[in-house]
Amino acid sequence: MHAKWWKVALFGLLTGLLGFFALGQQFPRSETLYISGAAWGPPSDWNPFITWSKANTSGTVGLIYEPLFFYDPLRDELIPWFAESGTWKGENLFEVKLREGLTWQDGVPLTAEDVAFTFELGKKYPAIWFSPMWDYLESVVAVGDRYVEFSFKGTPLYQEFENNLYNIAIVPKHIWEGRTEEEIASGANENPIGSGAYRYHSHSSDRNVYVRNEDWWGIRLLGLKPAPKYIVDIRFASNNVALGSLLKGELDLSNNFLPGIAALVEQGYVKTYLPEPPYMLSANTAVLFLNTTKKPMDDPAFRKALAHAINVDDIIKYAFAGLVERANPTGLLPTLSKYVDREVVEELGFTYDPEKAKMILAEAGYADIDGDGFVEAPDGSKISLEVTCPYGWTDWMEAIRVIAQSARAVGIDLENKTPDYGAWNTALVSGTFDMTLNNWASLSNTPWTLYNLLFNHPIRDTMGSGNFGRYDNPEAFDLVDELAATPVWDTEGMQAICSRIQRIMLTDLPMIPLWYNGLWYQYNDAVWTNFPSAAEDTPHWLPCTWAGYWQMGGLHALFELKPAG
Amino acid sequence: MKRYLTRKLAIYILTFFLAVTIDWVIPRFMPGDPVQTMLSRANLRAEAVEVMRGYYLKAFGLDVPVWRQYLNFWVAVFHGDLGVSVYLFPKPVSRVIMEAVPYSLALLIPATVLSWIAGNKFGAFAARRKWLDNTLLPVGYLLNATPYMWLGILLAWAFGIALGWFPIAGAYGFDRTPSLSLGFILDFLWHWFLPFASLFLVQFGGWAIGMRNMVIYELEADYSQYLEALGTPRGLIRRYAFRNALLPQITGLALQLGVIVAGSVVTEIVFSYPGIGYLILQAIQNQDYFLIQGCFLFIIIGVLLANLVVDIVYIVVDPRTRRGMMGES
Repeated sequence: MHAKWWKVALFGLLTGLLGFFALGQQFPRSETLYISGAAWGPPSDWNPFITWSKANTSGTVGLIYEPLFFYDPLRDELIPWFAESGTWKGENLFEVKLREGLTWQDGVPLTAEDVAFTFELGKKYPAIWFSPMWDYLESVVAVGDRYVEFSFKGTPLYQEFENNLYNIAIVPKHIWEGRTEEEIASGANENPIGSGAYRYHSHSSDRNVYVRNEDWWGIRLLGLKPAPKYIVDIRFASNNVALGSLLKGELDLSNNFLPGIAALVEQGYVKTYLPEPPYMLSANTAVLFLNTTKKPMDDPAFRKALAHAINVDDIIKYAFAGLVERANPTGLLPTLSKYVDREVVEELGFTYDPEKAKMILAEAGYADIDGDGFVEAPDGSKISLEVTCPYGWTDWMEAIRVIAQSARAVGIDLENKTPDYGAWNTALVSGTFDMTLNNWASLSNTPWTLYNLLFNHPIRDTMGSGNFGRYDNPEAFDLVDELAATPVWDTEGMQAICSRIQRIMLTDLPMIPLWYNGLWYQYNDAVWTNFPSAAEDTPHWLPCTWAGYWQMGGLHALFELKPAG
Repeated sequence: MKRYLTRKLAIYILTFFLAVTIDWVIPRFMPGDPVQTMLSRANLRAEAVEVMRGYYLKAFGLDVPVWRQYLNFWVAVFHGDLGVSVYLFPKPVSRVIMEAVPYSLALLIPATVLSWIAGNKFGAFAARRKWLDNTLLPVGYLLNATPYMWLGILLAWAFGIALGWFPIAGAYGFDRTPSLSLGFILDFLWHWFLPFASLFLVQFGGWAIGMRNMVIYELEADYSQYLEALGTPRGLIRRYAFRNALLPQITGLALQLGVIVAGSVVTEIVFSYPGIGYLILQAIQNQDYFLIQGCFLFIIIGVLLANLVVDIVYIVVDPRTRRGMMGES
């Protein structure tokens, strides 16, 4: 009897204690935007200078910290952000004028000193991602509170510079100047204080929470105010859970790849940017890299035959359920189509044509000598190749299956293999693969971003950031360098260089652009309405919450949202 | 007593050394280079990649020969430094683990202790009771033979997806932040229930069957027969049988600990429960040497410690062991 009394008393006490604490803090549904699709791992840092982990805290740049400019890919224009304007005063001098009355989230004024300080971090510390800019930057000087002068030695790499203008997040000098190199280059920067429209609220291993900055300068100076008070950015355990959540209206905006979404759009359960195939905008180009240091991929005729052999429509149908578009043979995204030389594409472009592929192979001396159904090289040696992508990337796994099947259909012995990400990555950068898929050039304001991936040079032991097939062509490399140093306002000059690059690329085909990966985006407007879409009566912004996309329309989409009902 | 403990301790230390060495070696046999993998996620100009690669190889201590890395590792371990996670850079591994441990323990300890107690009670109760025995036996065998992962998936499907009673992922809802409030605790328990239940059920089946068999064995033993012949009440005989049958179950617990921990690892993965097990999966997928090492180091220490505790408990509850050691010393 005694024991039971004791238990009842304890239980009563515990319940009393629980009741004593207020009910849990909860984000009111009508003021909270639930998003997902950016993070692949738990949040670990809010340091805008660590770039590879930013997907996991994608709001760090764009929501918390801000760059000088934003960029709108749909209209192809830089949006002056807390810079009021940026002007080239001659070829070697760029002047930025800041808006008046800018403040950091802690109330301290944001001045030209902060901008100069941030850029100079790259000069001091080579481990900061933008430090190679200082190869051509001479100085960044604050003139008064509102002007910053960038002066250059020699010809600046205009393309990269402009790209960096909307990617380098400015940090507050008064907080960062006391920090060590290690803290700046690789510190976690917990409880970040930026200048942006949202503050850091909290995080756990599967989410980031941001809360609106009610004192944001943009409310005063731009008259813009993001609608949701809270943003909860969720990392779902799997895409199925994300889909379920979206259908139930618990999730508002999803940037996950959800293969079955087309059917759900047709039935009206969720909405996408475009009402019909491919439903999605394009975000980057999936390129088949061919290892040009290996036989027979060193033979342009073989590469060309392969390009004609691959059935991209089947890839789109089976791997992506119609959610992507076939890429232009130049690989340039639709937003950069003004740099595509249509004549070159007309003359040298490739389409799916297995008969032509067989013909090219036969002409170049590839024939099936031993009668196994697959061609041998002109010197009689057997050809047996592999096409790879990392294990678990289900859409790409299906894509390389189609590629291998297409190649075998024209007599090329090609097998699809899916190693672990680590093994795949090692083979990629050390050049031991035969053929592999890659899409590392992100959506950008300049065609140089793609060409920097495709024709990355010089050829080194480890090719960590492009040209994985080690295509060695000094002429192409020079053209890419020339493009990098072409002023951004010289559209015609850029077009002329791009045209020459495209001629080389399509003649030699060192790599084969296949399709545009989508900017996956689906939304449920049960709680929030007025999401961006192609429809006329809705806003047109890039509706994306991935790292680096908040400043390309993601934040602007939030300004336009309206509470439902 | 002293000799017994020193011998046990020596075995534990040797086991620890070997296990940790294996733990250090295995991740390094994985193909790939974690720093390169990490950097390739940032799309940079070639010059920047080279510089940063050098910087981070040094930061992670991967720029020295392998034997040196191994020595450095032991020195660091004894300083309580488990290194910095690559995947969650720049977070120290010890902090990553400390954040995950409460979730793992919240599953493991209640599931193990409750299933052991309940399983033993129920097994003893069911032994020699015909209708219970006929139902318990098959169900118990079925549960015990079910892989943790499979039962987890089954429960998630039945109660999470088909019936929709419980969430199937995460430790608490997306509309909450951790706090000591009734709302949060209820939400936490709601998310906790399914992973707990799947761990509990598998173990419960095992203990119940073990106990049932042991009790039947003890009831057949001479002393029980003798007591029965003397006319002792059945309840008393059963109590003696139970206490005797409990001893092998304690040994069983020590032997099973490793399996249980492995079970909790897969259960966490099934339910995306943010404990050590879920962390291990992510660490392996991202080739995070230091995090893999740290997680396994934690598990090794945990399992060894738990074994030690069971060893000591055994001495306390079994007078024969105690007497045996007295005689020895």
